[in-house]
Amino acid sequence: MDHLSLDVAHMFAGGLVLVSFMLLYQDRMFGLLNIFALHAVVVSLSVAWQAYIQFAPHLYITAAIALVVKAIIIPVALHRIIVRLGIHRTIETVGGIGLTMLAGIGLVALSIMVMLPITAEAGTLTREDLAFSLAVILLGLLMMISRRNAISQIIGFMSIENGLILAATAAKGMPLVVEISVAFSILVALTVIGIFLFRIRERFDTVDVYELERFRGGHP
Amino acid sequence: MIETGPLLVMAILFVPLGSAALLALFPDGRLTGQLNTLASFFTLLASASLFRIRPDPSQFLIVDDVNIVFIVLNTFVAFTTSVFSASYIAHEVETGRLTPTYLRFYHAMYQTLMFAMNLALLANNVGLMWVAVELATLTTVLMVGLYRTPAALEAAWKYFILGSVGIALALFGTIMVYLAASAVVGEGLNAMAWNVLVRHADAFDPHLLNLAFVFLLLGYGTKVGLVPLHAWLPDAHAEGPTPISAVLSGLLLNVALFAVLRFKMVMSANSGALAPGPLMVTLGLLSVLYAAFMLYRCHDIKRMFAYSSIEHMGIITFAFGMGGALANFAGLLHMTYHSLTKSAIFFSVGHIAQVKGTQNMAEIRGLTVSHPLLGWGLVLGAMAIVGLPPMGIFMTEFLIITSTFARQPVLAVALVIGLLVALGALLLRLNGLAFGAPHGKEAPSQASFVPMFAHLTLVLAAGIYLPPALVNWFQHVARLLG
Repeated sequence: MDHLSLDVAHMFAGGLVLVSFMLLYQDRMFGLLNIFALHAVVVSLSVAWQAYIQFAPHLYITAAIALVVKAIIIPVALHRIIVRLGIHRTIETVGGIGLTMLAGIGLVALSIMVMLPITAEAGTLTREDLAFSLAVILLGLLMMISRRNAISQIIGFMSIENGLILAATAAKGMPLVVEISVAFSILVALTVIGIFLFRIRERFDTVDVYELERFRGGHP
Repeated sequence: MIETGPLLVMAILFVPLGSAALLALFPDGRLTGQLNTLASFFTLLASASLFRIRPDPSQFLIVDDVNIVFIVLNTFVAFTTSVFSASYIAHEVETGRLTPTYLRFYHAMYQTLMFAMNLALLANNVGLMWVAVELATLTTVLMVGLYRTPAALEAAWKYFILGSVGIALALFGTIMVYLAASAVVGEGLNAMAWNVLVRHADAFDPHLLNLAFVFLLLGYGTKVGLVPLHAWLPDAHAEGPTPISAVLSGLLLNVALFAVLRFKMVMSANSGALAPGPLMVTLGLLSVLYAAFMLYRCHDIKRMFAYSSIEHMGIITFAFGMGGALANFAGLLHMTYHSLTKSAIFFSVGHIAQVKGTQNMAEIRGLTVSHPLLGWGLVLGAMAIVGLPPMGIFMTEFLIITSTFARQPVLAVALVIGLLVALGALLLRLNGLAFGAPHGKEAPSQASFVPMFAHLTLVLAAGIYLPPALVNWFQHVARLLG
């Protein structure tokens, strides 16, 4: 594989980690949606590039799904939900942004230190993509933990999913990637519909999950 | 001539799927319950005949000695639960808790869930199994939120978020396994097939497998309900319709555990990889101890039995973690008995909550006096689940403890403490629930007692006498599990 294709793949995967960091410090709702759309665009570019250099045309489908569903439909739908429900526009975080960023840096270092040594026998592309995708997954988990509101948790979950798609395309020749990404899209679509249909706002007057906790029945 | 083997497998998958579509379209409320039962019965027939006719594994589906036990148990409990569900749901419609639209939705989801679980058990492909477990998660999330009360929605949301994260972690583990396998058996579907993975596991890169197993154990472990990943489980059991609690405890947790076991088999076949046992033993023991103490703090009857499920999944994970022919044998049997007993308990608890109009244990008293059949059913079930002789669970717990004592006495002591604490808690609560002067509503129940007592009779009979053929079969599977 020539250097240029490697470098481009590297750029996209590294870009995804960067955008994950941007998600981590974003404290306004609409800003978060825009950054997430960017996250989805980067992952779809990355998958499309992999499809091109691995000569795997079916991956273009995955890229297209990522682009259409996660960069366009879901951000637009969430945007509407936020407007319709009139959720407060800033996001409360658990712990300061600075602390979260530091933790994020630690997680990236951790995933590189974990992944690179054990994938020594795999190709360069696979190694780096896997390290980056683990970083994206861990950053997504961090985001889900450090945010108190349902929409940011969904976005955190979807960024985890983007990381997984990156990992699945990096594992060369993996079958069922398209099917898995379709299954995942259904899951995500359902989450979004879930917020709307379950009318969390209507029932609880908030989508702040800390408020939801009040309703747990009989738990100590 | 058409071969019957593949046809049977297709029946196990597509009878539930087809009837799900049918039930979604079917408007009549009374008939749907019976149709649901009928579909579950045909699925059970098809799976039972797998003992006689076994199809060859294909690239996507497989029937082997390990999963056949799970499939038959799955379809059996699915059938009995559908019988219970018919009478339970009829009552819910009468009292107006469910509208006809939700009823259709409920039945369609019930069969979709059966399809997903059967697919997860039959899958010969790690990716396909993952998709099936995800589908099962989705359908149960929808069913947990069925009543649309704030508490039910909160439970569904929590289950959704935790379940999805678990599923995501499991997918990462699955990708790592594929990576390890594709270096040896080549790219493509082969590198995801169970039978190929187990055969070639020794040549896989052990480091990759180690990392993969950690993700898989945490991911599927979330669905098993292992502490500290269990937070969704009590809420989901307490707030959903009771037939779903029965299916969740009795079947879905088993399916997730089955996934862990399959990967454990791959791990143990590789000599360089980390031993999966200690990890599973730790999580299992933690679950037993945590759940045992939590049992004292429950006020909701369904929540209490949900914690008891965490405890038992802990025991089973512990047994499989210890490994060896004896502990595996006990673990498999324990899993079977737990499925039967716990679903029987939920059958009785469901009707109890309906006649009493509450799930709060402080408001339920003297059940053996006011509703003798339900009350004694609950007493029998609870005695079976805490492991009193002569019920089957006593025997399996005894086997697990003795086989552990021979190897790791300290662990056995910790396990015994957990079991005794749980026994104390459940008997304490049971005393209040079942005996004394009746309290609260005393409306007669129109319950179907057949499924409950059928399960309890099976557990009792198995505790007293287990046919040698069955013992041989379970021992054979236990050896395969390594």
